[in-house]
Amino acid sequence: MTISNSNSPIARREALQDRLEQLTRMIEIRFVEDRIQKLFAEGHIRGSTHLASGQEAVSVGIARSIDPDDIVTCTYRGHGHALALGVTPEGVIGEICGRVIGCAGGLGGSMHLVEPEVGLLPTAAIIGAGLPIACGAAMAARARGKDRVAVSIFGDGSANIGAFHESLNFAAIRKLPVVFVCENNLYGEYTRIELSTPVEDIAVRAASYNMPGVIVDGQDVDKVAEAMGVAVARARRGEGPTLIEMKTYRYSGHSRSDPATYRPAGELDAWLKRDPIDILADRLVSESILAPGGLDQLKAETRDAVERATGQVLDSAAPDLGEILSHVSASSAGGDQRWHFWP
Amino acid sequence: MAKIWIRQAVLKALDDAMTDDPSVIVMGEDVAVAGGPFKVTEGLLASHGPERVIDTPISEMAFMGAAVGAAVCGLKPVVEMMFIEFIGVALDQLTTQAATMRYLSRGRLTTPLVVRASAGAGQGFGCQHSQMLDHWFRGTPGLKVAVTSNARTTYGLLRSAIEDPDPVVILEPRVLYAEREEYEFDRDYRIPLGQAEIARPGTDVTLVTCGAMRRVALAAAEASSANVEVIDLLTLWPWDRKTVMESVARTGRLVTLEEAPAGSGWGGDVVSSIAVEAFGKLKAAPHRITLPDAPVPYSGALEARFLPSPAYVAEQVAALVSTNKPPLPWWRNAA
Repeated sequence: MTISNSNSPIARREALQDRLEQLTRMIEIRFVEDRIQKLFAEGHIRGSTHLASGQEAVSVGIARSIDPDDIVTCTYRGHGHALALGVTPEGVIGEICGRVIGCAGGLGGSMHLVEPEVGLLPTAAIIGAGLPIACGAAMAARARGKDRVAVSIFGDGSANIGAFHESLNFAAIRKLPVVFVCENNLYGEYTRIELSTPVEDIAVRAASYNMPGVIVDGQDVDKVAEAMGVAVARARRGEGPTLIEMKTYRYSGHSRSDPATYRPAGELDAWLKRDPIDILADRLVSESILAPGGLDQLKAETRDAVERATGQVLDSAAPDLGEILSHVSASSAGGDQRWHFWP
Repeated sequence: MAKIWIRQAVLKALDDAMTDDPSVIVMGEDVAVAGGPFKVTEGLLASHGPERVIDTPISEMAFMGAAVGAAVCGLKPVVEMMFIEFIGVALDQLTTQAATMRYLSRGRLTTPLVVRASAGAGQGFGCQHSQMLDHWFRGTPGLKVAVTSNARTTYGLLRSAIEDPDPVVILEPRVLYAEREEYEFDRDYRIPLGQAEIARPGTDVTLVTCGAMRRVALAAAEASSANVEVIDLLTLWPWDRKTVMESVARTGRLVTLEEAPAGSGWGGDVVSSIAVEAFGKLKAAPHRITLPDAPVPYSGALEARFLPSPAYVAEQVAALVSTNKPPLPWWRNAA
């Protein structure tokens, strides 16, 4: 069972319940990001991008643990999360290349991916911005009598901005159905965590806000999903928020202009030995879901699919000039096509 | 006709909007149990309950952002920023997140959110509690900005703002809260955003203003020998170019009266638009009456001089009309 017969965001999201699809999606995320790097070198991408190679298990583990009706806020390092949540490769690559095929029609770029159909609010380029917004989404869900949760994904750098502390406090006093997911990849932009943060584990900060703080091996998609499952169930029961810290690592620098020369020697190699794709592939082999050697074939197929999506993107047009004045307010060109969550 | 406190117009608009639309919620510091520091939310908690009238911690970033998330997901939050300066610590959520939500989703997501705040000088609150700051919001595509000026405009603008699909900032000159005036509430009354009104017709000069300066402008017009037309802009973005343009075409002269620093107020946009688009209709160069580019002073004597008074406005307008040359502001004469 694969998702290849349907490429809609919802179908891609639902397909993630399948074990093999979880692995395929992680490979897809890796290859899409590799391709994005290449597209940069080829001059197809403007501005900057923030890759998350190495963090694929977090994306897929979160996406398989929540429903498409749940709401997700996420940061500018969000390519993998968008793909995991269901945005198509051409939607992600197209957005980053500024083409109409992109998930925001080329208006957003790498840092602003979106798909209301699977609950993804526009990803934010401001550190910490998504945490309070997730609190509000959770308030709206409860006010509308819906059993929905909001998930806010952010990095360890966000744990030092006021929005983190204010949002955990706010969610805790109101017992909001929010799951705060911190991807601790050890670096806030170019700065190693010891220089910015006086605690080794972000999760300990949950104690100040009287909520569970959970530390998870972010390289293991099953452990991510297990912790998410507990937090999501707690939120749906009305027992309030959870802070989950995913211990993970980004293989690249902060953005494309960062060669990450500040990393200690050997650190990257140590993490590469615990690659999330290999961990899941080995497990699927041991569960007889994947044939020995099957990973190579899956990689070859996925690489071809990403190439096809890239071709579609490069054939896609730039947005019309009229888009410049569209969607500024309800009276702009494009009109008011309000998305109704939980109708 | 009943005589009411202007703060009661805020309360009535909120109460009526909450009664008419169950998706409207009110949140902010001390708005529920305490009934609001300016008593503009008194009784709302009892009528609408704690899930809709929400006391927040002093965490502007959190509750401003929560309002954004709630708005995107189907509620219509009305957020009170007790003093408009408090939004400084939460500005990202309004100007960068709420204002771009529609754009970044290609029109699929909207943020029907109202930020209400007391604003402006005149009560001795000192420089960090006395600014209008409308220019912070006017400079942000995606936001609408309005300023109330009496009980009727407070009710009419607030009802429209709450029904608007986009984020709207409503500034309420707090110096007006404790004023009383005759006004009969009509729950169908709305002032469409983007529509100015002629507060007083005249033939010699168009005096464009808003907020607490409306009263100053009207008093100045009464005291003036010139025949002054006073326009209350009401919405600062998008502003009503047509009404201003037609008025200037009739009077041939334009003066803006703003409670804003000279270097950044909305009058700069109004004056430049009219100068560019109606130059041939002008008998005199357009003139701006503003605050000086200085913090608002605390001392009563200084604050009274800092804010344009009716006598000062009348003098400035008379000088323009009689000489067709804009007079210097008082601080440049003094220097």
